[in-house]
Amino acid sequence: MNKTQAKSINARTIDDREFFYGHKACAGCGGSVAVRLALKVLGENTFSVLPANCMSAVGFIYPQMAFSSNAMIAPFPSTAAMLSGVAVGARALGIKGAYSIGFAGDGGTADIGLQALSGAIDRRDPIIYICYDNEAYMNTGIQKSGLTPYGATTTTTPAGKNLPGSVRPKKNMFEIVAAHGIDYAATCSIGYPQDYMKKIQKAAQVEGTAYIHVYASCPTGWGVPTERSVDVAKEAVDCGLWFLAEYENGRFRLNKNPREFKPVKDYLKKQGRFRHLSDRDIETIVQQRDAKWEKMRREWL
Amino acid sequence: MPGQKTFVSGDEAVAMGARLARPHVISAYPITPQTVVVERLSDYVEDGSLNAEFMHVESEHSAMSAAMGVSSVGARAFTATSSQGLLHMCEGLHYASGARFPIVMMNANRATAAPWNIYGDQRDSLSMLDCGWIQVYVEDAQEALDMIIQAYRIAEDPEVLTPFMVNLDGFVLTHTYELVEVPPQETVDAFLPPYQTVNKMDLANPQSLCITVGPNLNLEIKYQQHMAMVNAEKAIDAVDREFGDVFGRYYGGMVQGYRCEDAEVILAATGTTAGTARVVVDAMREQGHAVGLLKLRYLRPFPIRQVCDIAGRVKAVGVLDRDISFGLEGTIYTNVNSALSRLAQKPLTLNFVGGLGGRDISRENIESIFTTLLAAAGGVSQPEVQFFGMECATDE
Repeated sequence: MNKTQAKSINARTIDDREFFYGHKACAGCGGSVAVRLALKVLGENTFSVLPANCMSAVGFIYPQMAFSSNAMIAPFPSTAAMLSGVAVGARALGIKGAYSIGFAGDGGTADIGLQALSGAIDRRDPIIYICYDNEAYMNTGIQKSGLTPYGATTTTTPAGKNLPGSVRPKKNMFEIVAAHGIDYAATCSIGYPQDYMKKIQKAAQVEGTAYIHVYASCPTGWGVPTERSVDVAKEAVDCGLWFLAEYENGRFRLNKNPREFKPVKDYLKKQGRFRHLSDRDIETIVQQRDAKWEKMRREWL
Repeated sequence: MPGQKTFVSGDEAVAMGARLARPHVISAYPITPQTVVVERLSDYVEDGSLNAEFMHVESEHSAMSAAMGVSSVGARAFTATSSQGLLHMCEGLHYASGARFPIVMMNANRATAAPWNIYGDQRDSLSMLDCGWIQVYVEDAQEALDMIIQAYRIAEDPEVLTPFMVNLDGFVLTHTYELVEVPPQETVDAFLPPYQTVNKMDLANPQSLCITVGPNLNLEIKYQQHMAMVNAEKAIDAVDREFGDVFGRYYGGMVQGYRCEDAEVILAATGTTAGTARVVVDAMREQGHAVGLLKLRYLRPFPIRQVCDIAGRVKAVGVLDRDISFGLEGTIYTNVNSALSRLAQKPLTLNFVGGLGGRDISRENIESIFTTLLAAAGGVSQPEVQFFGMECATDE
């Protein structure tokens, strides 16, 4: 980290300029908040790469380009590879002071894009890779991804008499990335924007590869009112089904360790995708949560 | 200007050509029989004789994606692959041509699995003819080296802006050692200036690339891409002439006709097979047979005009395919027939399929093909698609 530490960004100091504006995302889209805030932190000297996902679908419809800084759509499996090419190409040309940043969704990261991401981290390419996690393939109409949580109903994991929706917990992307010995990795939520922006700033200081996994609500896919989008992303953290943590210098750190969790049931029952869950299903989810937190508290505090 | 003569393999000649072209970044994944190319380029980066970044990508899909990223900021990208690797890149091949990224790639022509086979045939690149890449097929190591340099000149031409695939027959060319003249770096630098483009992400003039275009304008954009490829023929011919003027080696541009002027029958062939066929043509000419060779250099853009000019004058045209499009015929045969169908009077055409999976194509094979063609020209009926060099009986 030889770059100078940037000043803290908050609601008063944040850049007034918009770099992702006039797009066609749904009202209340958490993914668009993640892109907008990250670009405000990084400024105009950026090269953004997005695979096929909601943000590329809503931001590049010719002639209405929503990015006012440089941006490009990548093939679905290769956000990290194309982004690496951008970063390495820019370095080879002697372009300085620019950030190469990727915005891939949960499926584009944990499923089809995982191999390319692994390669980029392995090469220690100078990129900031952001996974905005809305827990399903939303762009194609809410299908299950590797980051869809247990019990969520999607169009490919319908809840019915025999199944509670998705039967597998979320793939552990944060630790998969950390296991590469990455320079910097963090988890965030758009419900905690201050924490998210701080981590983007930190990622910008990293010499090497940075990975940020931001929980980004999707009112359309989750079945929540648009005006509750940011709240629900915050509540996920407060009830312990998501967490704020960092990995750097080979160590994990829990940034937020609530003494008491808000009720999981309140979080779940506000969302259409979980409305079908029985008390027994919810108990399963609570047990999964507690096991994860027991491990995180034991190893990361 | 004369260069230095050196004894190298086809793969090594490609690596030397790539070094002379000064790519900023090489992103590549190893696959037989391309590996020597990436090994030598790694050596050059390590010893400092090539000032480039070598990206050790984890797959061919990523090799092509990284190359696109490199090109998207206006830098020069090089990669190389073969067979399964080329197939794995398929999504990126379409993507790169649609994005108009002038990436140059060497492909070592190799059979495609299953069954597994690491030896030469052209099913890999011929199955990618529709990806929007310029495709050239070279005959020897010298042409391989020279075409890497020419490839960048043609691909980066603002009127072309189309990626470029240089194909070498696996093993027969990639691993055969020949004497090659390596041109001086300063001559290549003068011939191939640095890549300049507006088709890039630029901090001073930000823009979006690889965008979404709906039904309203998609047809027009694809038309532009098609016309750029069609018009690439002009750049191909101009670059071939200029290269010849500077380096003393002319390749004929789109095709190379050999003793076709007064030929009764000709054989259309690509790559190393053209070399064997040339020898056979000379031998059969000695015996008084009016045979000729049409070496197809470029298959995209396809040399429609040249094929019609040369093949339109003869009685029978054979097309040698190291490839079979299952359920139809050899792919080059389809393309040649398509070109010849534009003529008012189309010559008789026959397809000779062989040399698959590294099966040797001998002088005897080609003599026999010419004999069949001469018989056909004399009115003897022949099966249209014939497999040659078979170890078992065919159903024809």
